[in-house]
Amino acid sequence: MSELAAVDPYDITVKSNGLRRRRIVEKLFGLAAVGSALLACGILLVVLGTLVYKGFSALSVDFFTKPRPLFGQEGGIADALIGSALIVGMAMIIAIPISVLVAIYMSEYAGPKVARTLKVVLDVLNGVPAIVVGIFVFGILVVGHGQSAVYGAFALAILMLPMVARATQEILEIVPRSLRDASFALGVTKWRTTWSIVLPAAIGGILTGVVIAVARVAGETAPLLFTTSIAANQISLDVHGALPTLPVLIFVNSESPDPGEQAAAWAAALVLIAFVLVMNILAKLFAGRKRRQLEGS
Amino acid sequence: MTSTTYEPAAAPESDLRRSGLRVGDVLFKGVAIAAALAATALLGLIAWKIFDLAWPAIQTYGPSFVWTEAWDPVTGDFGALIFIYGTVVTSLVALLLATPLSIAIALFLTEIAPRRVAAPIATMVELLAAIPSVVLGLWGILVFGPWVHGHLEPWIQASPLGLLPVFSGTPSPAGSIFTASLVLTIMIIPITSAICRELFVRVPKELTDGALALGSTRWESIRGVMFAYAAPGIAAAVLLGLGRAFGEAIAVNQTIGNRNAIPTSWFEPGDSLGSKIASEYVGATSIEQASSILYLAAILMVISLGTNVVAQFIVVRFERARRAV
Repeated sequence: MSELAAVDPYDITVKSNGLRRRRIVEKLFGLAAVGSALLACGILLVVLGTLVYKGFSALSVDFFTKPRPLFGQEGGIADALIGSALIVGMAMIIAIPISVLVAIYMSEYAGPKVARTLKVVLDVLNGVPAIVVGIFVFGILVVGHGQSAVYGAFALAILMLPMVARATQEILEIVPRSLRDASFALGVTKWRTTWSIVLPAAIGGILTGVVIAVARVAGETAPLLFTTSIAANQISLDVHGALPTLPVLIFVNSESPDPGEQAAAWAAALVLIAFVLVMNILAKLFAGRKRRQLEGS
Repeated sequence: MTSTTYEPAAAPESDLRRSGLRVGDVLFKGVAIAAALAATALLGLIAWKIFDLAWPAIQTYGPSFVWTEAWDPVTGDFGALIFIYGTVVTSLVALLLATPLSIAIALFLTEIAPRRVAAPIATMVELLAAIPSVVLGLWGILVFGPWVHGHLEPWIQASPLGLLPVFSGTPSPAGSIFTASLVLTIMIIPITSAICRELFVRVPKELTDGALALGSTRWESIRGVMFAYAAPGIAAAVLLGLGRAFGEAIAVNQTIGNRNAIPTSWFEPGDSLGSKIASEYVGATSIEQASSILYLAAILMVISLGTNVVAQFIVVRFERARRAV
């Protein structure tokens, strides 16, 4: 700044050191920003590439249809796939109705103050570490009853609740006021308006929230460790007992020194990430539909 | 338009004699209220139950557990300092690395990249957040960890940074505090950068345009105007990322090396709160050990809930200030 004071402020031909320095800083900033973005994309590609490279060769029909072996390396991950599907399915059944109801209360019934408080409560609930949720469910359910897939689903449902509720509430708030008013003007009661007008208008956004939440919890390991981790390597549909799951399989095998078990972990991780990516693409499609619908109305 | 309710009260009471409709309304509202109360109660219940579980250990060991550096199931000496150190160091290193990177990514997406480039890159950063922590940990333990041990750590030790005591010693091949920090960095970059991006998009264009019209470079307008406008939001974003890093158990467990000691060098193994809890899932060997694990869970909950509540507080204050404008 002091250098600038020494030059004639009206002479635009003066080349100050300050200006050169500022241009260099500007260039460096641009490079840093581009570099950071490339770094993040690079990490994603490296992780995905490693998964495909290490996991793809283990994929086969047997891998999807046979349970894990007790010893040796012949076998698949069918037991963990079925366990994960059952547990995530149950978590959805528990979490989605409650989450949508919480969102309806926030956007349709609660005053602005109560709604804001609930938002903070949900965001704080979302910030509770998954492992703490696991210990919580362990404390209230597993102690005295033993591990069970239902308890694992309950733990995942706790993680889903704030995600789905917040996503739903945000989409309900952008459903146009005029839709509700038109319905009221026809003499339709409030609950019927919410059920038949507001929710269908928001369905795309709700599905987006649900799909993203499912993708998140399908890969959660921490809540399952204390609720449904000690299970036999066999295909079972008994949700009252502990069931094997994909994330726990990956977790346990990743710390195993046996290359065969590590290979199974890579293949299982590839399956898991493929599911997560498909869910995220689905979410994008739903989100696009939602926006078009709401903008059209 | 957020939550102002419209009550169809204008109709005379006699017209609403079809009581089924009224019952439906009351029931629906009741169920919705019950769900909202349940969600709120759940948060309280979690906090209460964790302390209830940890209570025997809290009574046995007292507050000195927090600053006791010991974890020996054989002699029965337990303390949390080793794990608090691991949690705080890994999370803070991750924060230090992730914050500038996240802000730079957010700026690239909002200020520099044309829309056609920004959209796919934003999607890729989002997908980085979608990688399950156990998968990132698998990559961390089997691919990234060995690379950090074989290349990055020797390179840092050869550079002037190697003079720092935390970068001294012989790098351990079995995971290290530093590797865990880097994995956490990867995990929090998408979270922090997504929030920063939303913040930067919402900075009024006329403010940055004003700075540019006065002759600032793009960077100067960002530093002087955007950062000033979005500072509380950036702080909240950073804290939310920090809360996530504090609470991460699985990926840290896979990469930190799991050793019950405070290492002098970050290139050696340690352990964190979440990671230690995750290790004990098969069942602790003694009652003292089991209750000590629950004590660790209580400490972890206090740390991460505290971080989150502060972040939420900043968000609420920030939004109130913006509404007032």
